[in-house]
Amino acid sequence: MLAFLVRRLLTLALTAWLATLVVFAVLEAIPGDPALVMLGTSAQPEAVAALRAQMGLDRPWPVRYAGWVGGMLHGEFGTSLTYARPVAGLVADRLAITLPLAGLALVLSAGIAIPLGLFAAGRQGRAGDWAVMAFGQMGIAVPGFWFAILLILLFSVRLGWFSAGGFPGWEAGAGLALKALLLPAVALALPEAAILARITRTAALDTLREEYVRTAVAKGLPRRVVLRRHVLPNALIPVATILGLQFSFLVAGAVVVENVFTLPGLGRLLHQAIGQHDLIVVQGVVVLLAVTVVAVNALVDIACAAIDPRPRVTV
Amino acid sequence: MPNRQRRTALAITMGAVLGLAGALAAGPVFAQAAPRTDLVVGMRLEPPHLDPTAGAAAAIDEVTYANLYEPLTRIDAEGKVVPGLAEKWQVSADGLTYTFHLRKGAKFHDGSDADSADVKFSLDRARGAESVNAQKGYFAAIAGVEAPDARTVVVTLSRPDGLFLFHMASGDAAIVAPESAGANKQTPVGTGPFKFERWVAGDRVVLVRNPDYDGPKPALERVTFRFISDPAAQVAALKAGDIDSFPQFDTYEALPQFRDDGAFTVMVGTTEGETILGTNNARKPFDDLRVRRAMAHAIDRKTLIDGVLFGNGAAIGSHFPPHRAGYVDLTALYPYDPDKAKALLAEAGLPDGFATTLRLPPPIYARRSGELIAAMLAEVGIRVTVEPMEWAPWLEKVFKGKDYDLTLIAHTEPLDIDIYGRPDYYFNYQSERFNAVGAELDRTQDTAKRNALYGEQQRILAEDAVNGFLFMLPSATVQKSAVQGMWVNRPIQANDVTGVRWK
Repeated sequence: MLAFLVRRLLTLALTAWLATLVVFAVLEAIPGDPALVMLGTSAQPEAVAALRAQMGLDRPWPVRYAGWVGGMLHGEFGTSLTYARPVAGLVADRLAITLPLAGLALVLSAGIAIPLGLFAAGRQGRAGDWAVMAFGQMGIAVPGFWFAILLILLFSVRLGWFSAGGFPGWEAGAGLALKALLLPAVALALPEAAILARITRTAALDTLREEYVRTAVAKGLPRRVVLRRHVLPNALIPVATILGLQFSFLVAGAVVVENVFTLPGLGRLLHQAIGQHDLIVVQGVVVLLAVTVVAVNALVDIACAAIDPRPRVTV
Repeated sequence: MPNRQRRTALAITMGAVLGLAGALAAGPVFAQAAPRTDLVVGMRLEPPHLDPTAGAAAAIDEVTYANLYEPLTRIDAEGKVVPGLAEKWQVSADGLTYTFHLRKGAKFHDGSDADSADVKFSLDRARGAESVNAQKGYFAAIAGVEAPDARTVVVTLSRPDGLFLFHMASGDAAIVAPESAGANKQTPVGTGPFKFERWVAGDRVVLVRNPDYDGPKPALERVTFRFISDPAAQVAALKAGDIDSFPQFDTYEALPQFRDDGAFTVMVGTTEGETILGTNNARKPFDDLRVRRAMAHAIDRKTLIDGVLFGNGAAIGSHFPPHRAGYVDLTALYPYDPDKAKALLAEAGLPDGFATTLRLPPPIYARRSGELIAAMLAEVGIRVTVEPMEWAPWLEKVFKGKDYDLTLIAHTEPLDIDIYGRPDYYFNYQSERFNAVGAELDRTQDTAKRNALYGEQQRILAEDAVNGFLFMLPSATVQKSAVQGMWVNRPIQANDVTGVRWK
């Protein structure tokens, strides 16, 4: 188990370093000058040059790369070129929205999908199963942003229960903040729940065919107990894997939902930073996302290894 | 029990779907607005920071101009130069010395006096070697700034500048204090009737009334600027009552539904945004006047305005807004005439037309106009490849690098016809005739004479068909009917809310 952990951590470090290289190279290659973006179409060349010097962009790229990576090793992500604020603070502000949003969506989607999937597996081929399958198909087919707009039209425009987006800030109170996150979380959770429900159903059906389940049924255990004690834990392995993958999707894929609900999360920060050519922010956010995805996947692997010992031996 | 719970979960899911459909069919719910002293203003883009002296983003001025910061002079709702931090001023007969008298009792939001030393600091900072002012050119004519006493500032120019008072009224010329200027990007300190309260990054900036303001106090106590970039989300936020007023509303296709809704008022006014088909005059075949004129004849401005702005916008025939004194109507110079266009192309030795590329920046008006113009040019044999670009590459390649055939952009700075006289500008246009008139404009203070000179410049540009002159961007505002005093027109890019009140 220890060797497995060390291997995973090494992979994590290597991936993170590769991510910094790729991100830096791509941003160097894209045409665009942050100073020019800042000062616009009337700017005089000497003002642009003065701003470039102020931003440190007049230094050669190896110096900038080394400074950036060196800073990150000390926990310094640099200062945003446009916002003139430390990137770490900017990202922390945005994570305070994106993480609770993704977490809420994850809980919602698991909370909806796992019971629905088990329910469908328990009555395969019957009306209930068909209904769940139809829900799954619909959830996958309906684009998230469209569903988000429907939610706004219903709950904000018609009923007036929620604001049509925006975020009051956590300092306005946890209740108000959570209220602002609820509709976006539902919009984010539904497509994920649809996929997860189908996977839970399939996994549960596979497990139902196992001999130990037949044995349990033959022992005369009630179906409810068989499902909960024997089917659920074993069906959870593929479900946990997908859930882990989904978390990455939820964090990165929140961009669209954040835009529709105008939530100032990490996705919108990235979107704005790319528009402003704020390289320091883009680099910081992309590396953070890459490390998060790799770390979550590593955690999922470790969790699966804990549930099921086989992967530990086979790499 | 678990079985029942599962059934309940399913029922809730199905119920929500049915409820959604049902409620969408139901009638609208109106919110009754009581007289209020707060205002929520919608904006499409968030400012990158809040220092107008260090950035070109219009969103900076749209939050801060006249509300938070004051320049020496100001532009009012009609576009006239009116007193700002300076209550009056004199100009010497030779146009080289400007003496400004500052308001007594003017204070910065941190409590310090706003005096002539602050003005001297602000102007010297904007024109100095380290300046990162986006409009450094506005200060180029200044030879020296003196502060003979705390309330008086004397600015001497090295050459007459007919637009000096106009330029000193821009947000780029905001008066800031040496103690606070460095931190203005995040915690702005100005002299205006509103002061900064907080900024929820990505979502809103909140200003509150400045109780110590020495001038007339605004009716509003609190103004919140909320940033909503998605068009559908803008409409929803207005309909849900989250936004009280949305100026510069560019989802033009949504205007009719707000016009039909008694709870809202729609105002359509003017901006200073001349929208042009930017043409690289140095590149073949655009270096041939006949080709540029052929393109002018091939473009149907009426269809363009209907298609892009849903009818809300005025056609232009040169680089000048129709609402300004000095405007000359040149829209009939090249009437829409595809046959004439083909004839001109044949005359230029291109009977089969040619292939070219149109590089488009991100704004929606540019993308939509680009598609329509590509189709119009195709009618006369010009095969256009449309290439959408993001802002940063557009600025780098098209604007700075002049690496383009055609582009499409609105030039939003007021009275910016002088860009055609700039050496090395991205149109690659040179005209001694035009520059001679420009030099005379700089020497002329008399309004009537200036307007005649502007007319002459417009004619030269239209005759040379430098760019495709298309339309003026409109300024549409959608707001709750009880909001009064928002600007109808945008003589500069600003949301001056100092005169806004609720009915």
